[in-house]
Amino acid sequence: MTVLTHFRTPLLQTPFHARTSAANVLNRWGPWGGYMTALCFGDADMEYTAIRNAASVYDLCPMVKYRITGKDAVGYLNRLTLRDAGKLPVGAVHYTGWTDDAGKLLDDGTLFRHGPEEYLICCQERHLPWFLASAEGFDVSVAEVTEDIAALSLQGPCSATVLAAAGFDVSTLKPFRMATFPFGKGQITISRTGFTGDLGYELWMTPGQALPLWDHLMQAGAPWGIRPIGTDALNLARIEAGFIITNMDFVPAHQAVREDRPRSPLELGLGWMIDWDKGHFTGRRALLAERERGPEWQMVGLDVPGNVSAEGSILYHNKRQEAGFVTAAAWSPALKASVAIAQVQSKYLKANDLWVEIYALRELQYAKLMLPVRVVERPFFNPARKRAMPPERT
Amino acid sequence: MTYDAVIVGAGHNGLVTASYLARAGMKVCVVEKNDWIGGAAVSRELYPGFTYSNCSYVSSLFRPEIMRDLELPKHGLQILPYEGGAVFQEGGGYLGMFRDHDANRREFARHSKRDAEAYDIYARDVLRFCRFIRPMLLRTPPDPSSFRPRDLAELMWLGRQMGALSEEMRARMVQFWTMSIADFLDQYFESPVIKGYLAVSAIIGTALGPMSPGSAYVLLHHYMGDVDGNVGAWGFARGGMGSITRALTASLKAAGGEVRTGQGVEKILVQSGRAVGVVLANGDEVRGKRVISNMDVKRTFLKHVDEAELPDDFVKRVKAFKIRGSSGKLNIALDSTPVFPALPEGAPNIRGDLHFTDSIEKMERGYDDWKNGRFSRDPFQDVMIPTMIDPTMTPPGKHFMSSFVQYAPPKIEGRDWTDADRDAFRDTCLNQIETYSPGFKDRVLHVEVRTPRELEAEVGLTEGNIFQGELTFDQLLFNRPVPGYAQYRSPIRDLWICGSSTHPGGGVMGAPGRNAAAEMLREAGAKGGMRDAYAVL
Amino acid sequence: MPTPSSEVLVIGGGVNGLACAARLAAKGRKVTLLEASEVVGGGAGEREFAPGYHAPALAHLTQGLDTRVVEAMALDRHGLAFHPALATTVLSGEAESLTVRGGKTSGVDAAAWEALHRKLSAFARVLAPLRQMRPVRLAGENRLFGLARQGLGIRALGKDDFRELLRMVLINVHDVAEDELSDDRLKGLLAFDATLGAWLGPRSPNSLILYLDRLARGADPLLPKGGMGALAVAMGKAAAAAGVEVRTGSAVEKIVVEGDRAVGVRLEGGEVVRVGLVVSAMNPRTTLHQLVGAAALDAGFFKATGHVRMRGAAAKLHLALRGTPDFRGADLKSRIVIAPSSEAVERAFNPVKYGEVPELPVMEVILPSAHDPGLAPAGHHVLTAIVQYAPHAPKAGLEAARAEMLENTLNVLEQHSPGLRSLVVQAELLMPQDIEARFGMVGGNWHHGELAVEQMLFNRPTFAAAQYSTPLPGLWLAGAGSHPGGGINGAAGWNAAGAILEAKA
Repeated sequence: MTVLTHFRTPLLQTPFHARTSAANVLNRWGPWGGYMTALCFGDADMEYTAIRNAASVYDLCPMVKYRITGKDAVGYLNRLTLRDAGKLPVGAVHYTGWTDDAGKLLDDGTLFRHGPEEYLICCQERHLPWFLASAEGFDVSVAEVTEDIAALSLQGPCSATVLAAAGFDVSTLKPFRMATFPFGKGQITISRTGFTGDLGYELWMTPGQALPLWDHLMQAGAPWGIRPIGTDALNLARIEAGFIITNMDFVPAHQAVREDRPRSPLELGLGWMIDWDKGHFTGRRALLAERERGPEWQMVGLDVPGNVSAEGSILYHNKRQEAGFVTAAAWSPALKASVAIAQVQSKYLKANDLWVEIYALRELQYAKLMLPVRVVERPFFNPARKRAMPPERT
Repeated sequence: MTYDAVIVGAGHNGLVTASYLARAGMKVCVVEKNDWIGGAAVSRELYPGFTYSNCSYVSSLFRPEIMRDLELPKHGLQILPYEGGAVFQEGGGYLGMFRDHDANRREFARHSKRDAEAYDIYARDVLRFCRFIRPMLLRTPPDPSSFRPRDLAELMWLGRQMGALSEEMRARMVQFWTMSIADFLDQYFESPVIKGYLAVSAIIGTALGPMSPGSAYVLLHHYMGDVDGNVGAWGFARGGMGSITRALTASLKAAGGEVRTGQGVEKILVQSGRAVGVVLANGDEVRGKRVISNMDVKRTFLKHVDEAELPDDFVKRVKAFKIRGSSGKLNIALDSTPVFPALPEGAPNIRGDLHFTDSIEKMERGYDDWKNGRFSRDPFQDVMIPTMIDPTMTPPGKHFMSSFVQYAPPKIEGRDWTDADRDAFRDTCLNQIETYSPGFKDRVLHVEVRTPRELEAEVGLTEGNIFQGELTFDQLLFNRPVPGYAQYRSPIRDLWICGSSTHPGGGVMGAPGRNAAAEMLREAGAKGGMRDAYAVL
Repeated sequence: MPTPSSEVLVIGGGVNGLACAARLAAKGRKVTLLEASEVVGGGAGEREFAPGYHAPALAHLTQGLDTRVVEAMALDRHGLAFHPALATTVLSGEAESLTVRGGKTSGVDAAAWEALHRKLSAFARVLAPLRQMRPVRLAGENRLFGLARQGLGIRALGKDDFRELLRMVLINVHDVAEDELSDDRLKGLLAFDATLGAWLGPRSPNSLILYLDRLARGADPLLPKGGMGALAVAMGKAAAAAGVEVRTGSAVEKIVVEGDRAVGVRLEGGEVVRVGLVVSAMNPRTTLHQLVGAAALDAGFFKATGHVRMRGAAAKLHLALRGTPDFRGADLKSRIVIAPSSEAVERAFNPVKYGEVPELPVMEVILPSAHDPGLAPAGHHVLTAIVQYAPHAPKAGLEAARAEMLENTLNVLEQHSPGLRSLVVQAELLMPQDIEARFGMVGGNWHHGELAVEQMLFNRPTFAAAQYSTPLPGLWLAGAGSHPGGGINGAAGWNAAGAILEAKA
């Protein structure tokens, strides 16, 4: 047990730290779940370009992970989460979410099925009290295993190629599937998942395998220009992909101090996740009622005129009535457009007269813009290579 | 001459009231029995070269609105946040507290992984209750039995506050206000030491145990303050707690107010049912258009007002006002920095509050002793060393240590405290510290021991109650101090009360003083009026 | 085809289950009542605990059986009659005993007691209607204030009493006793009666309201003629007469949930009974955690029902006596209270907080055989006592704690009735855990969830189930765990039936 050295290292280092710190020439770090995470290694534009053009690696270790095992694992997860965990085949992954009794989202995350009675949940926030409370009455064990698993995301059109060069043949691995591969004396797991909206994989290993794997991958990927990326570049890619992030695009219900902040999956555009027919799950009755009366808010993608990012902006109906707010926005290099993700009150969405008020900082001075916005489909950027089978080789 | 207002007692609330009145153009005079000002917010040199915060010792509740209105920073007030803290466990373990969220979570996780994560939800829930209650601090409680427009308007305001919450939150709030802190914490936590740490704020200054219903509210009373917007955080006043009253005095004088020390009030003069001034111990009379007492309600009306001037029912209620003291205090000059071997070297925890009570059960047993008229055999101590942060109070390398001790009854088995009781109390406390900090006693240069007896004799707090009255629902809001007299007025015209016996109660908060001044100015038809309390967004 | 909701199943044949079933049946519902044991009555039954000695199963008095239940079920026609109301005799170690009847007593505090009783009774009258209502909702702006001020006639109290009620509503009973009384015997009685059946001491804030609730139920302690069993028999007959099909010996194993609705129950043995509505008068936690199970309930609700505090702190003593005990001349037909002072009650509570047994417990003693000689062999007596406080989870283990509790209890009794121990033929002491095992009262708490302010009204048993309905469609609660609590009263069951009838209307 590590005893009280928190005051010396308030932020933990991930198992990749020896390599990421060497690569982080800007020394730009931020906190993520109690860990140091690189915001940018050297050049955010080139790091983003690696995601869309070649191959990028991103240190995923701070992602919170819970292992669910036991006879009632399926029943437990079906009561806990929105989708049917029983329909998830062993070796597969799905994106899911979970709500409180009121049907307000607590978090979203990916659920990996490692065996008939063994699952792994990866998510942004911590949920041990809720997961344990939900386990009462079920024969399952819930263990927080964040520190036991190291994870690295390899994303980009060349990612399958790089993996092949590294000796991992993922040509038969479909999206949202995973497989194990030998590495050194042990093995690692590779899933075809990611957070960039592009072709990509996530590699799961023990902390001891982290550095050898990093070295191996960087060496194998060098001909394709593989490079580590920071959160800044990843965030741009995820906005293009239209993905939402806990505590950036919505406040998890257990953290919200203000009662009007939590949102339901229906309000966040995650209604498609809900398996209404699998039986009872926490929040189902509240969500059914909400489905009846219609959600109060909606999460939408916006096309913003001009080339100024709408980050942090307020949305108006008819230029006057506050109608919502932008949670994430960026100029998209891939689309050559200014895009935004926003929460909008349903009643104003129908009226279709939305405006965004942007304060654009230009040489110390803010210019105020009031621009009409158009609701568009997400993902904003959706290349065919993301899903292609076999995966693109370069 | 006749002042516009004579304020009895130069405690923080008296000074706050006086300053607001002086700033509104009134001619005010504060009279104080001691040779020094400050009441229970004082810095005193009781050992050569050492400044003691010998009563109140930390600050959080003092309303920022008051600091700003009265320009206290300009008059020298600085509030310093402090760092973390630790609970030492029997058997050599400890639980550390850190300002850094992640460090704190990992430390809690040493004791329980679940509790470490539950703490965030707990903190969120308590913050929700704080946000609800904070806007009430700087408002005069409405009289629910009255149909006067202002009372109705204030009741409506309360209703709107409630109306802004969901039905479930209202129910949960009612539950929180009425339950015990032990039961409340059981809903979140499993680790005894974590629960023991978190229960502390629910018993400080209170004649309740952590298992007593209503103790959860007391927790809120200690959480609803802030240091520069950091809700629930506590800090030190640079130079000791006397810096607060020193700044208040400077602010008062700058506004033309006067303070007379060294002569206490013997009697409040009442003529034809109106208060017209006070007679001091030396026989001097100080005349005023109104008299405002910063003393507690019992002392004011039972000792300094002729009972014949008061309605019987009022006297009966004042006599029954619950003001049992529950705490004592040790003020210690240290020759060197104490060492707590359980903590690793360099740990910042020593710059925060240190406790030696590692479970709720131990606290509750301490309360059982109090109920039986004894000081706790294994007391709870809130030990702080302000000089770990504040370099101005002692010579370099030396320290002032404050230990707030609970429980200590106003009387020992029905009789008054004796010096022997006091010494036994002191030894019990010092021995407890010595257990966790070997060699501690050898570092001690001087100890000032304050039992409820000393608190009453010197500061004038009846029965040594630091809140000028217990914080149970029967004595809160419109019930404080007496139903029908919760609006800072008394049955005697022009006699007002502004101390912690009134809403919203004790702690170095200043709110009773400000609210009382607001009522007086409103009644006097003063222009401008007071700024609203800061909005809770 | 779903079974029509006119077919109702009531689980649990205690006072609340019977009252609920009878009211529903009287309104034309087809009601089946399932009781696990061989007789109905639950805590209101009777048992031969030693050959020839009959003791009440648990409750040894009724205090304020809901008048709506008594009248609508016509319990008198079904054989229920009461002995004259019992006076209370307060024993004191040193002083003489004191007799109390309502507000009447003697001694130095006679006038003070009467005044206090009058004041508290006035408050109780204001609160009494709440007992017969579904818990108030906190929805809508200012509803609670509006309701409190207009609907309940609080204003009728007058300004001073209204203020006094607001001051006293959450006060502790010890301070009230200290403020208003000087006679330790009366202080002890007030403290004892306020905390009877609760998990708190008289110094605990919110303890006076429990006394007000007791007064609101009806102040007079009553004993049914023929013993407490007679009440159970009368209620069983009345329910049957109203058309309830009573099935005893039918323990429910599971509540059957289909299509997100409770549709019936499965009995031990496998039989499935399908109905339109399931009403449980059992403990709410048992109902939701054991009979329904987690899978059909939201996790937050499930957790909240797990947090409902259900600590019982009362033990029950049954003594078979060869001869007539003498409590220093006290009227043996009275309710004898041994609680020498408010502090003594508090001191008896202290150890229980830590799972320990008090050295000097306080108690309420009844001699049923003084009223109905048939309950014991001729010349012999049955003594029953509610003994406070007893730990619900003794640190020393159940057996050791029970032995210690019995010893301490007998010592106290011997002190007030010298020679009593030598009369004991057989002694039985039920600790809270025994009460739980025998009556399904979780934690041994006879309110099926502590009666405490934070677990009253809209928070009883939890916010989401406070209106007798539960989040699971088709499942209702009707037991003491719901508003307004237990204590051989029937209001919870009666109110629940009202809510069910309203919901379908």
